[in-house]
Amino acid sequence: MIPASKWRLAGLTVIIVGLLAVLGFRLWYLQVQTRGTYVSLATQDRIRDVVTPAVRGEILDDTGQPMVQNQSSLTVAVNMSVVSQESGGGTAELSRLAQLLGISDTVMQQRVRLCTATVHQPCWPGSPYQPIPVAQNVSQQVALEVLENRASFPGVTASIQPTIEYDQPIATATAQVLGYLQPITAQEVKKLHVPVTGFASDDLVGQSGLEAEYDKELRGTTGIDEVAVNAAGQVTSTIKDVKPKAGDDLVTSINANVQLATENALKSAILKTEAEGNTQATSGAAVVMTTTGRIVAMASWPTYNPSIWTGGINEQEFNQLFGTADGEPILERATQGQYFPGSTWKVTTTTAAVNAGYSLYSDYDCPASVDIGGHVFNNDFGNGGMMSLQTALILSCDTVFYNFGYDIWLKDNRQYDDVTSPSFPVQEEQQTELQWGFGKPTGVDLPGEAGGTVPTREWLYYLWKDNAHTGEDWCKYGNANGSYVQQIEYEDCVSGNVWTPGQAVLASIGQGYVAVTPLQLATAYAALANGGTLYSPRIGEELVSPTGKVVQQIVPPVDGHLPASAATLAYIRNALQGVVTQGTAASAFGGFPLNKVCIAGKTGTAQVAGNMATSNFASFAPCNNPQYVVVMMIPDSGYGADVSAPAIRQIWDAIYGLEGQPPALQNGQLPPPPHITSAGVIVPTAASIGSQQPSPGLAGLATGLSLTADTEPGGRPLGRPG
Amino acid sequence: MTRWGGSDLTTRRAAPPVPGAESYRGLAPVRLDGGSAHRGGYANGPTLGRRHRVRRLLRQVFGAGSPLRDLDWFLLAIVVALMAFGTLLVWAATATSGLTYHDPYLIRQGINILIGLILMAAVSMLDYRQLRLYAPIVLVASCLGLLAVLSPLGVVVNGAKSWINLPGGFQIEPSEYAKIAVIFVCAMILGELRAGETRPGPRAIAKAVGLSLIPLILVVAQPDLGVVILLLALVAGLVVLSGVRLRWLALLLAGGVLSVVAVAKLHLLKSYQVSRLTSFLHPSEDPRGTGYSAFQSKITIGSGGMTGQGLFHGQLVAGGFVPEQHTDFIFAVAGEEIGLVGELVLIGLLALLLLRALHIAARADDQFGMLVASGIAIWFGVQSFINIGMTIGIMPVTGLPLPFVSYGGSALFADMIAIGALHCVHRHRSVFGHS
Repeated sequence: MIPASKWRLAGLTVIIVGLLAVLGFRLWYLQVQTRGTYVSLATQDRIRDVVTPAVRGEILDDTGQPMVQNQSSLTVAVNMSVVSQESGGGTAELSRLAQLLGISDTVMQQRVRLCTATVHQPCWPGSPYQPIPVAQNVSQQVALEVLENRASFPGVTASIQPTIEYDQPIATATAQVLGYLQPITAQEVKKLHVPVTGFASDDLVGQSGLEAEYDKELRGTTGIDEVAVNAAGQVTSTIKDVKPKAGDDLVTSINANVQLATENALKSAILKTEAEGNTQATSGAAVVMTTTGRIVAMASWPTYNPSIWTGGINEQEFNQLFGTADGEPILERATQGQYFPGSTWKVTTTTAAVNAGYSLYSDYDCPASVDIGGHVFNNDFGNGGMMSLQTALILSCDTVFYNFGYDIWLKDNRQYDDVTSPSFPVQEEQQTELQWGFGKPTGVDLPGEAGGTVPTREWLYYLWKDNAHTGEDWCKYGNANGSYVQQIEYEDCVSGNVWTPGQAVLASIGQGYVAVTPLQLATAYAALANGGTLYSPRIGEELVSPTGKVVQQIVPPVDGHLPASAATLAYIRNALQGVVTQGTAASAFGGFPLNKVCIAGKTGTAQVAGNMATSNFASFAPCNNPQYVVVMMIPDSGYGADVSAPAIRQIWDAIYGLEGQPPALQNGQLPPPPHITSAGVIVPTAASIGSQQPSPGLAGLATGLSLTADTEPGGRPLGRPG
Repeated sequence: MTRWGGSDLTTRRAAPPVPGAESYRGLAPVRLDGGSAHRGGYANGPTLGRRHRVRRLLRQVFGAGSPLRDLDWFLLAIVVALMAFGTLLVWAATATSGLTYHDPYLIRQGINILIGLILMAAVSMLDYRQLRLYAPIVLVASCLGLLAVLSPLGVVVNGAKSWINLPGGFQIEPSEYAKIAVIFVCAMILGELRAGETRPGPRAIAKAVGLSLIPLILVVAQPDLGVVILLLALVAGLVVLSGVRLRWLALLLAGGVLSVVAVAKLHLLKSYQVSRLTSFLHPSEDPRGTGYSAFQSKITIGSGGMTGQGLFHGQLVAGGFVPEQHTDFIFAVAGEEIGLVGELVLIGLLALLLLRALHIAARADDQFGMLVASGIAIWFGVQSFINIGMTIGIMPVTGLPLPFVSYGGSALFADMIAIGALHCVHRHRSVFGHS
């Protein structure tokens, strides 16, 4: 060998060893240093999650009739942005799919073509980038064929699309109570810790009402099949198989019959005052609850048909629901509306007065007006002379309560009134009001509940801080010699943070800053009626698992006790009985068969400068053994005795079947809870009677179907025909 | 030396060209079978004569100095180990729908190995100088094969027209044999010094490069970039090793650079070829396109870790995520199933093979033997590097199989012919050493 070759051969050896060393180091880097990256990439490659959305639980009324009924249907959708990439614009693929689905090529082409100015139905009106549903209610076999043959059906998906059906048993809406579902957002995915299912567009989450409150329970658990796939996307084995668990059904204490009567009464009250020429009365709410805190009916006006949500909402409908032009029907005014309680508030002032040392058995002066703090406060019906406290309640004499308010104010930590601080003690009278459950949410099982207002020193401080120089800017717009509003603004600028005698006087009859929700009023009256126990009201009664087990009994928890003795409350109840027989509500209840069902109640008419009064009526029955409380508040409509009280009379008529009305409740008793079969099917109780009985087919349909329909592992029928 | 004119020392020293005579050159010890041969004589007539002939043949084959006795058993052991390793991996790569002994790939690769061993044995029994004589024949034959590939007989596989269909479902890939042809031709020309030369001159270089260009151009026409790169590496390596002056090397280098520039400027490479050559740099950018194989291969190997998922237990291998995992991407199977440890064993075997080839080259009697052996080392070394490199994202994706490991007949036959040639070079040296 020539010397040059020898050295060069040595060089070649070095190079070859070097190359092999490079391979070794590179392999070490890939497999040891950065292995984690590749392991996760390999998992992405190899493992697919096949998600089966859980069937959402239903929401039922107290007899087991569904108010929200859920249906899942297997839907095949075509993503045209993928399919059109196939050779020949995907016509061959669409033809294959049409054959699989058993429809003609022409029909298939029509379903996937986009609607334009010249192309009309059948066509796809949505976005071209969205999967276009071409067949619904397909068989599982067809769906599997589509899912497993990704190679021959690129861009075609089959998924279970839950559709929510809002049943209206006996044509009731309960729209705001039920709430609605919307596609889940990224933030909600994070917050609710629900898996990203890949059916993002189908994943719905409760946005308001019971759907939101019980979302977790109604939702169930998403089923996830972890399957291994090969390069062609074919499933080779199942790694993990988590079966979907259907959501629990929510049985509520809402009674469809009472609900219907309540909605009708509220609606007709508002329409009646509108018909009488009052253009201001556009909204209101009514609550029927048991004296133990169970909500039997809850109506809010304006309302809407909840079936609007089925199959998606369009922009016009959205604006109608959420816009102020139509009175924001989306609002649940029973829990979100905050109104002046007016004279219905006098029951709290009575207990405050008793607590302040006034006797229930003394007589009090009821002059035509009182002059307090430089202001003259008038009684609504002129001079009433000396009267018992009972009569003051029956006739609703304002001046008696003005004096109570003023006297309590005089003795109440006056030293704090001139200094500005949020941490000063709550005024004596307001302490009582807070114990009645006002000024804070009741804790009902509905989201977004308002708390009403009890103007404590703290509340006043922040109101003043927020509006004296910012916000309303009283100090800028106020004028001591200007208009009525300007004078108030001037006063508020100077002493808005001070609990003035004027405010104390107004508050004693449920005006001024005081505001309550209809539900708070109902809760307070339920406590008054039941002897002093304040319940946090509940709509939900029980959660029933798909296997028919009651997983949770929902009992309204005790929220507190009224600041009054049993004797005081009995005294007040007795007075409220007189309101109906001989007092402010006597005209509204003229001719009512009180001998059959004794009704007690209190009217409330809260005067609002420049507007019609807020018409309130809070009532309970039977007088001696109160079972139910019915409350209605309609702002800007007039006297409590004129608008709300007659409407509530209708509700009582309906509940007990009086004055020619069919009884909504048999013997005035709530129906027994629905029967739940071992298969998890809730059989409505045959409690509904009279002309309002639901079609007998409804119950039969539900039970009959469970025998024939494919049942999921959870035992819940997979789908009901739409 | 001058007296001998054109012929070089090696030729003179080489054994007589009659293969049969070789077995008598060694001082074979008298053995039992030898004794029995004597006893046989002709007394027993034709039967004994036939027996005698059988014994003689056996002695020729197994006796001292016989081709089999002179086989490089170490080399053979490495090669057999590599092929066994490869067969296991091929089995693992193709047993995606259940492990079975009836795996057609397993059976065929077994047959391939048998044929390969026979080819190796046949070649190793050839006289050393006959390799030189066969060089032009191999060149012409492989060029004809390459031409046939370009004709309608050729079959397109993975974008390159590099296969010929043979009757009976067999396929042949002539470019594999072009590698052997280029090694033999270059070794023949560069290893044969003219009178007065101490190292090959420009004329020999031109001749070697020129002759190598014929198969090279035919391979470019297929186009099979892996083979092109390998042939260029072979020609360059052999020219360098032949001991040419550095100035000629510089000139050759300049020429090479110029032609690369010309290729780039004149857009001689098709765009898919360019993207194929560069996509390994960014495999994740286009995981479904040209970089798909490279990306999947990296994932498969990377997820294997230190010891792998276990043979036949690779999940990505089972899912068939890496295309051509039983042929060009066989290393990915090793990566996932036997991990870094297993791969290092495999690379270690390759290293032993290459070092053995270089050892044979270093101890070769003449330039021709040295060039043949080192050419084979370059071939296996570069091809292994390109093949493994492409599976781990440091080399472009080309169609070069992993020697002795990838499934396939043509490649294995060519590899084994090369091993036979290595044996020839090895044996020639040892024969010279004995005598």
